[in-house]
Amino acid sequence: MEKSDLKVKVLGTWSSPFVMRARIALNMKSVNYEFLQERLWEGKSERLLKSNPVHKKVPVLIHGDKLICESLIIVEYIDEVWPSAPSILHSDPNERAIARFWAAYLDDKWFPSMRSIGFARGEDEKKAAIAEFEKGLVLLEKAFGNCRKGKPFFGGDQIGYLDIAFGCFLGWLRVTETTSGIKLLSEAKTPALINWAHRFCSDAAVKDVMPDTEKLAEFAKMIASKRRGEAPPKS
Amino acid sequence: MAEEVKLFGTWGSPFSRRVEIALELKGVPFEYIEENVSDHKLKSPLLLKYNPIHKKVPVLLHNGKPILESLIILEYIDETWKQNPILPQDPHERALARFWAKFIDDKVNPPVWRALLGSGDEREKAMEEVKEGLETLERVLNGKKFFGGETIGMLDIAANFIAFWLRVVQEFSGLEFLTPDKCPALTKWCDEFVSCDVVKEHLPPREKLIAFTKNWLSGNGWTD
Repeated sequence: MEKSDLKVKVLGTWSSPFVMRARIALNMKSVNYEFLQERLWEGKSERLLKSNPVHKKVPVLIHGDKLICESLIIVEYIDEVWPSAPSILHSDPNERAIARFWAAYLDDKWFPSMRSIGFARGEDEKKAAIAEFEKGLVLLEKAFGNCRKGKPFFGGDQIGYLDIAFGCFLGWLRVTETTSGIKLLSEAKTPALINWAHRFCSDAAVKDVMPDTEKLAEFAKMIASKRRGEAPPKS
Repeated sequence: MAEEVKLFGTWGSPFSRRVEIALELKGVPFEYIEENVSDHKLKSPLLLKYNPIHKKVPVLLHNGKPILESLIILEYIDETWKQNPILPQDPHERALARFWAKFIDDKVNPPVWRALLGSGDEREKAMEEVKEGLETLERVLNGKKFFGGETIGMLDIAANFIAFWLRVVQEFSGLEFLTPDKCPALTKWCDEFVSCDVVKEHLPPREKLIAFTKNWLSGNGWTD
C-alpha cells in the first residue's frame, strides 16, 4: 500500500493552536483524517500517554502504525509524505531556514510571552508582559514584510509553513485581547499583520479548524476556574 | 560565483561545533570567525547585525545570507550540499531524527547545567532528568553503532553535547550522569563518535573547557 494511502488520525483538542497546525497542513493536502479528541482538562488519557510517552502532549499524528509528535515536525512530515501541491515549505533552503527560525521564535519566545499576559498579577506585571509581547509583534510585522515579498502570505500566494506556525495562535490572541482589554494587533503598530490575519482565518484550509473566539474565551474561563479549584460550570 | 561560507562560532559551544562537523562532513570549505561570547560588549558588530534577536552563535553566512540556530543550520547544510546526507531519506525517520535532536536540546542539555549549579534536592531532580533522558536515548540508539546507522547523521551531530561536554562535566564534577551499566550502547557510542575523523578536529580542548567551566562555576561569568 502506498504510504500516502494509510489511515491518518490526529490526536488533539479543538482549542490547541499546536493541534491546529497539523489539521491545517492535512487540509491543505486534502488528506482525510480522523480527529480523536482528548479531554485534557479531565486528565491525560491512556491513549495519549501511549502515543506520546516522552512529552505526553498533543498533537500526535498517527499515520498507519507510525506516531509523529511535535507540531512543527508533524507539519514537515505531512509536507514530505504528501509532496503534491500546494507545498507547505518553500523549496529554497534559505527561505526554509528563515521560516523555521521564526517558527522556533514563536514557540520559544512569543507564545510564552502571550501566556504571561494571562498569568500576570497586578497592573504593573500586566503592563510589562504586554510591552514584551508587543515588542515581539513588531518583530513579526517586520519579518512579514521581508518574507512576503509583496504577496498576501508569509508563504507567498498561498499559506505556508510560517503562516500556519503563526496563524494558529490568532484565536488565543483574540481571547487575550478580550480579557486584557487591549488591542494587541493594531492598525498603528501592525497594519500588515491585521490584514494577513483576516486572510489567514478565511483560508479554506483554516476556517473550519480556527476556533470561535467566544467559545475559546468560555473555555479559557473554565480552565482558569478549574485551576483555582472551583467547580466547573455546566457546559 | 565562488561560494562564500563563513561561520561565526565559539570554541566552547556544542552548538557552534555541530555546524563545523556538518561542514566538514560535506567537505565544504569555510572561514571561521571566533566570537567572544562571554562579554556582550565584545561581540562583533557583524554577529549583532546577523543575529540581532538572539545575539548568539553559531551564525552561518552563505553568500552573505545568515542562517541561525544550530539545528536549523544543520538542515540548511543538508539541503544545500547534497553529498553525504545527514538526514535520512524516509519522512518518518526524518521526523524521528528531528524529534530526538530537539529532545536533547530541551530535555538533556539544560538539566546538566542545573545539576552542576544546583545542590540538594534541585541537583537530585536535575540528575534524575538527565539520567532519564540518557536512558531514553539508549533505547533510541537500539544497539546501533551510530544514531544514523553505520555512519553519523544529524542526530549524532546533535548529540555531540552528550559525547563530549556531558562527559567532561561528569569527570570533573563526579556527577554520574552516564554509566555503562544503565547505558552500555550510548557509552560506546560516545567513544565511537569522538573518534570519527570529521568530529575529532571539532571538539574543544578538554583542559581548556574544564578550566573555563570551573571559572564559570565560581561566578566569574559565562557564555550564553
